[in-house]
Amino acid sequence: MNSTAAAAIPVTWTRPRTQATWIERLLDWKPFLIIICLLPAVGLLVVFLTYPLGLGIWMAFTDTTIGRRGVWIGLENFEYLAEDPIFWTAVFYSCFYTGVATIGKFGLGLWLALLLNNHLPFKSILRAIILLPWIVPTALSAIAFWWLYDPQFSIFSYFLVQVLGVRDTNIDFLGSPWAARWSLIAANIWRGIPFVAISLLAGLQTISPSLYEAALLDGSTGWQRFRYITFPMLLPILAIVMTFSIIFTFTDFQLVYAITRGGPINSTHLMATLAFQRGIPGGQLGEGAAIAVAMIPFLVFATLFSYFALARRKWQQGESND
Amino acid sequence: MAFIITRRQGLALTGAAFASAWMAQQAAAQIPRADVAAPNFPIENGAALRVIRPSRFVEPDEVIWRENTAKFTRETGVDVRVDFVGWEDIRAQTGVTANTGAGPDIVVGWGDDPHIYADKVIELTDLAEYLGGRYGGWMSLSEIYGKRVRTNNWIGIPMGGSTGPIVYRKSAVKEAGFDSIPEDHAGFLRLMQALKRINKPGGFALGNAVGDGNGTANWLTWSHNAFLADEDGRVAINSRETIAALNYMRELYPTFVSGTLSWLDPTNNRAYAAEEVFLTPNGISLYYALKNDPRTRHIAEDTDHAPLPKGLSEKVPQSATIINAMVFRHTRFPNAAKQYIRFMMEAEQYDHWLTQCLGYWSHSLRAFSNSKVWDSDPALAVYRNGMDHPFWSGYKAPITQASATVSAEFILVQMYASVASGQATPEAAAREAERRASRYYRSRG
Repeated sequence: MNSTAAAAIPVTWTRPRTQATWIERLLDWKPFLIIICLLPAVGLLVVFLTYPLGLGIWMAFTDTTIGRRGVWIGLENFEYLAEDPIFWTAVFYSCFYTGVATIGKFGLGLWLALLLNNHLPFKSILRAIILLPWIVPTALSAIAFWWLYDPQFSIFSYFLVQVLGVRDTNIDFLGSPWAARWSLIAANIWRGIPFVAISLLAGLQTISPSLYEAALLDGSTGWQRFRYITFPMLLPILAIVMTFSIIFTFTDFQLVYAITRGGPINSTHLMATLAFQRGIPGGQLGEGAAIAVAMIPFLVFATLFSYFALARRKWQQGESND
Repeated sequence: MAFIITRRQGLALTGAAFASAWMAQQAAAQIPRADVAAPNFPIENGAALRVIRPSRFVEPDEVIWRENTAKFTRETGVDVRVDFVGWEDIRAQTGVTANTGAGPDIVVGWGDDPHIYADKVIELTDLAEYLGGRYGGWMSLSEIYGKRVRTNNWIGIPMGGSTGPIVYRKSAVKEAGFDSIPEDHAGFLRLMQALKRINKPGGFALGNAVGDGNGTANWLTWSHNAFLADEDGRVAINSRETIAALNYMRELYPTFVSGTLSWLDPTNNRAYAAEEVFLTPNGISLYYALKNDPRTRHIAEDTDHAPLPKGLSEKVPQSATIINAMVFRHTRFPNAAKQYIRFMMEAEQYDHWLTQCLGYWSHSLRAFSNSKVWDSDPALAVYRNGMDHPFWSGYKAPITQASATVSAEFILVQMYASVASGQATPEAAAREAERRASRYYRSRG
């Protein structure tokens, strides 16, 4: 029985610790693990983002044309652009286009979101339909607008001239600079509203109804509820959506290129269309790249503005500003 | 120039193409040819070729091209793959091919391309001289676009060109009190004013339209004896002649139908087909589209073509959009490539192609002026000499990347458009065009 008593003494059994192989040690080494796990992502970013961006920036300082390697010419492209009125027109119109279209999209988008947030019959179907302009490929809607704005066959002109008889001549939507600029902005707003409306609708639905109930008990008006509950609660998502919207609008290309190609007389060139025009059909890759590079500061500024002006943490937590 | 060819029409054309394939031989028989021995290009063993060319706008262009290519493969055993590339993409693809030294052996690209890549293509002088000798010599635009500047060395084989003369409604011009399109500026202006008065206006594209816009600008420039740059590539657009052209534009513009400042390439076709415009420069495609559609046939019957008004120029101030075949140095089968181009240019194949394209391409070799296609319809007359013009894009300077950029950037179009719209004075517009053009003609160190 002694032997069984002896066996009852608990033996702390440990697994024999074998010497770790070098590969195990390597894989246990944190810095290495971090590098190996990040490598695919970094590789993808470098190959598909950093390299093209770097190449574009490098080309902006050369006189590369399609079919000929460029030589380093320093700031010559930028110097030329600085005194090129077409470039400055494009800068002006890009900012104007982005500014006006963003205001329009957010004004109408927010209104639409508030309407859709009410209880309506066929709510889901309505919301799906609202998204249509956003779903249709831009190139298609651009062509549709091209017809709508056609100097000879515009349906708007047809209605005003043939049906209602309030005008004698067709409207020349795209024939003069300012008419063309406003027409393009209208097309861009039409296209951008659904994105804003649906995103803001998502934001609206996260606002707790109890806040409104409390406000109602306090006898608030509709405007007060919007001003002091809806709007502040919506600000964080508004900031994100606005950042995206500004970036999409500023870098818009298809609408303008398909409808006017930057005409009449370059008045509707955005920086993106001008960069493409100079770089690819014009063959002056260096100059096109310089225009594209010149867009970067604007985009950085727009992004920072949205973030710092609209996405303050304290706002989101309901505290007051400093 | 734009291209309204419906599918139905295309199918009809295809049918006609096959039905008449057997006739090709007989039709080609009326092309006069000199007895010149074909040059000896022994085809390399195991040769295979890759060809790219611009996509078609009339269906037979592709169908007959492929048919002729298949015939080449049957006769020589050389496999040829032909890819049809979009009009806006082929220039970039040619550039990549030239830069990387890989890709298609033969590029049938735009007229300027062999000049831009002159160091990357093989010389085709022997082939060009044979074809010229056999088929009555080359048209003048072929010589300009085929030969390396200031030499007799051929670097491209121009295969055809498409032009945009005046397309007009006979009845409208008659109603305006004219029997034909006047050749002088003042007369043409009077015609346009009269058309406007009877509410059947004409119109010239002044938007950023690659073909039509540049066509308008070149016509105005050349018909006033102005030119973009001189023989040495010095920009010469800011001249008295240009100012005169711009002043003329200012008088002409009010006679246009409204909206021409935003016209892109297809716009004038649509407007003409809808009887909103009664005179406009365009390619032959418009006429055929009208003729083949029963609803618009009456327009076609009332349509005629005339050369662009000469104005002060001695020759018709017109150029052409040219397709130019070039063989890149990197090809492993230069002889097979030359044989392929020769084969496609020989009357048995070329005339068939020309005839079935119904005049869409004007021929580059003089002998084909006798092709049946030009007698098939009296309205085609002006297109017969489509390649026989002494003007080219960037006239009088050598064809380079700079001239290509000036037209792709619409520098001249915008010069005229800014004056037409009243945005700039003629002097300011000419100065601005000079500034922009000088940038691309600047010497490269």
